[in-house]
Amino acid sequence: MVEKALFAIFMDGIFIKNFLLIQFLGLCSFVGVTKDVKSAAGMSGAVVFVMALASTVSYMIYNYILVPTKMEFLDLISFIVVIAALVQLVEFVVRKNIPSLYRSLGIYLPLITTNCAVLGVVLLNVSSEYNFIQSVVFGISAGLGYTVVMLMMSGIRERSTFVNVPSSIRGLPQAFFIATMLSMAFVNYFWVIPI
Amino acid sequence: MDPLSEYIRGITRDNPIFGLVLGLCPTLAVTTSVENAIGMSAGTAFVLVCSNIFVSALRKQIPSAVRLPIFIIIIATFVSIVKMIMQAYFPPMYAALGVFIPLIVVNCIIIGRAEAYANKNNVFYSFIDGLGTSTGFLLVLMLIGGIRELLGTGQIVTFDHTLITLPINPSVTTMILPPGAFLTIGSLMAIVNYQRAKKRAKGG
Repeated sequence: MVEKALFAIFMDGIFIKNFLLIQFLGLCSFVGVTKDVKSAAGMSGAVVFVMALASTVSYMIYNYILVPTKMEFLDLISFIVVIAALVQLVEFVVRKNIPSLYRSLGIYLPLITTNCAVLGVVLLNVSSEYNFIQSVVFGISAGLGYTVVMLMMSGIRERSTFVNVPSSIRGLPQAFFIATMLSMAFVNYFWVIPI
Repeated sequence: MDPLSEYIRGITRDNPIFGLVLGLCPTLAVTTSVENAIGMSAGTAFVLVCSNIFVSALRKQIPSAVRLPIFIIIIATFVSIVKMIMQAYFPPMYAALGVFIPLIVVNCIIIGRAEAYANKNNVFYSFIDGLGTSTGFLLVLMLIGGIRELLGTGQIVTFDHTLITLPINPSVTTMILPPGAFLTIGSLMAIVNYQRAKKRAKGG
């Protein structure tokens, strides 16, 4: 594996390989939770947290348990169980120790287990053979990229609630058209800048 | 409840994309060509049918408090099988679909059908429901893939056979890039909404 600079991985995660607009990971929450900025911010916070944790733990499980015992074929099952357990654990800890955070993030935590972005970051870490630091950096930056797009999208959607559009476009189609513009900006802008 | 209408229901009213709005990630990500769309739907169909049969057969044994983790493990097992088969026998397809083959495990369609249908109905009907939902998924993916490939490259090439070639080549490269996916599904959804509203107004 070519040694990749941490900053390049960081920018990759946020912009060039943006999870929502370029790679299409985690779209359910992208159209589901972006009706207002507050819930989008809550969901994003929870995703950044779980992505960073999941990258850390799954790296250890893959390299210290699965590879030495030659059971790499179990990676998918173990990752999904690890993420589900991790989300439960985070929920317990946050509810017990930081009740205010729990009140704002709590309802989004269970949603994350089936959010393909979290499993996606773990699988991409394995397939691009990142080392420990690189995995964690990629996990955090992917979460930040998710946050950036969620906030932009929810801001636009919040302001476009009262726009007069035909009734068959209102709702999901409108959201997809907004996403088209955002995605066009990301593709055209960040693909021409080599980092 | 007859099997044929249950099968049709998965294509029309409970269509996974336009009816239930589930499983958007693979729908948008792999539909750069009809070929990829078929490969993805085939993998999803296998997992969906098998997991529906298994969940339905075990529905009396699964304690309801821990049913979701059990569903996920059943699904993950079949996804691992699909992943290994694709890796061994269809390496180009596996390379094109990339991370989205293992991500079938978190496809909301599969766990959604397990929870909403297979957990309540017998094996035969769950099998039919799996087939119907997979067919609906396949048709939508092929439609989106077809539109994008046709507008993006000017022709549809599936497994080395050129099916359609446009007389003029529009080559709107944007269509096979990510924005094209959002544009196509947004337009299709608007058309579906329009047709539904018209039908509702007529039916009263």
